[in-house]
Amino acid sequence: MRWMWIDRILELDRAKRCVAIKNVSLAEEVLHDHFPATADQPACPVMPNPLIIEGMAQTAGILVGHANDFQEKVILAKIAKAEFHAAARPGDQLRFTATVSRIDPAGAATEGVVERRAAGQSDFLPMAQIDLLFSHLDQSRSDLDLPEHNFVFSSNLMTLLQQSGIAE
Amino acid sequence: MAITQEEVFGKVQEALVDALGVDDDEVTSEAKLVADLGAESIDFLDIVFRLEKAFGIKIDQNELFPESVLSDPQYVADGKVTDNGMAELRRRLPHANLEAFDQSRAVSEFADVFTVDAIVKFINTKLA
Repeated sequence: MRWMWIDRILELDRAKRCVAIKNVSLAEEVLHDHFPATADQPACPVMPNPLIIEGMAQTAGILVGHANDFQEKVILAKIAKAEFHAAARPGDQLRFTATVSRIDPAGAATEGVVERRAAGQSDFLPMAQIDLLFSHLDQSRSDLDLPEHNFVFSSNLMTLLQQSGIAE
Repeated sequence: MAITQEEVFGKVQEALVDALGVDDDEVTSEAKLVADLGAESIDFLDIVFRLEKAFGIKIDQNELFPESVLSDPQYVADGKVTDNGMAELRRRLPHANLEAFDQSRAVSEFADVFTVDAIVKFINTKLA
C-alpha cells in the first residue's frame, strides 16, 4: 500500500462528492528529510504540499473513477489551482473534500478543499484549495500503447475502498 | 435582455485567462491559443469546461477542437490535409477562418486556426 496519501474515505456520494482523511505521522519517512536539522536549525517536519495535492488527486480520482464504476483510466492531467494557507505537521489530521464540477466522456474537473485539525485541537480549519482536471485516458486521443487492464485503479486504491466499506 | 458581443468576448477572455494563466491584455481577438497563449492539449478540455460553465451551454470537445479529423487517413496524407479533409474541416468549423491554413494545409500548423476570435464565433453559433 505504498504511495497512498489518504488513509480512509469517509463519504462517497456518486459523481458528486468524496471526503477522505489522512493522519500526518512522524513515522512517515518523507518528513524526516522535509526538513532535517541543520547546523543552525532544529529539524522541522512539515508535510510537503505536493503530497497534499496527491492526496486530493487520490480523493478526487476515486470520486471520478467511481462515477463510471472504475471502467475508465482516470489520470490527473492538470492542477488548475493549488493554494495553501497553512502547513501540515505531525499529529495533524487532514480532511480532503472533493466535489465534481463536471464529468464528461473526455475527462472531469473537480474542486477541493483541504482542512486541517491541528494536533490537540478539536476543529478542522481550511488550509488549502486544490482544483484539478482529470483525463479519461482511453477516450482521449492517445498515441500510447496502453495496457488493457485498468492500471490506474490498482490494488492499493481498491484496498482503501474495501477498508472504507465502499468496494467489495 | 440578450447577451452583447462585449459580454461574450469578456467571458471567453476570462475563461482563457483562468485556464491558461495569461494576462487579460494577452487575450486579444487575433491571439492564437497555442502559439501565442501557450495552450496545450489538456488545456482544451479545461477551456471547454469553463466555457460551458460561463455560458450555460453544452459543448462537445470535438465540436470546438476536432482533433480527430487530423488523425483520420481519409482526411490527411503525408502530414497535409487533403481536399476531402479541407471540406470536412469547413463543415465542422464554420466559425474558424481556414483561408490561411488552406495555403499550407500542414497538420503541424493546424493549431494556428484556433484563435480567440474563432472561439467567440463558435460561442455565438451555440447561443443563437
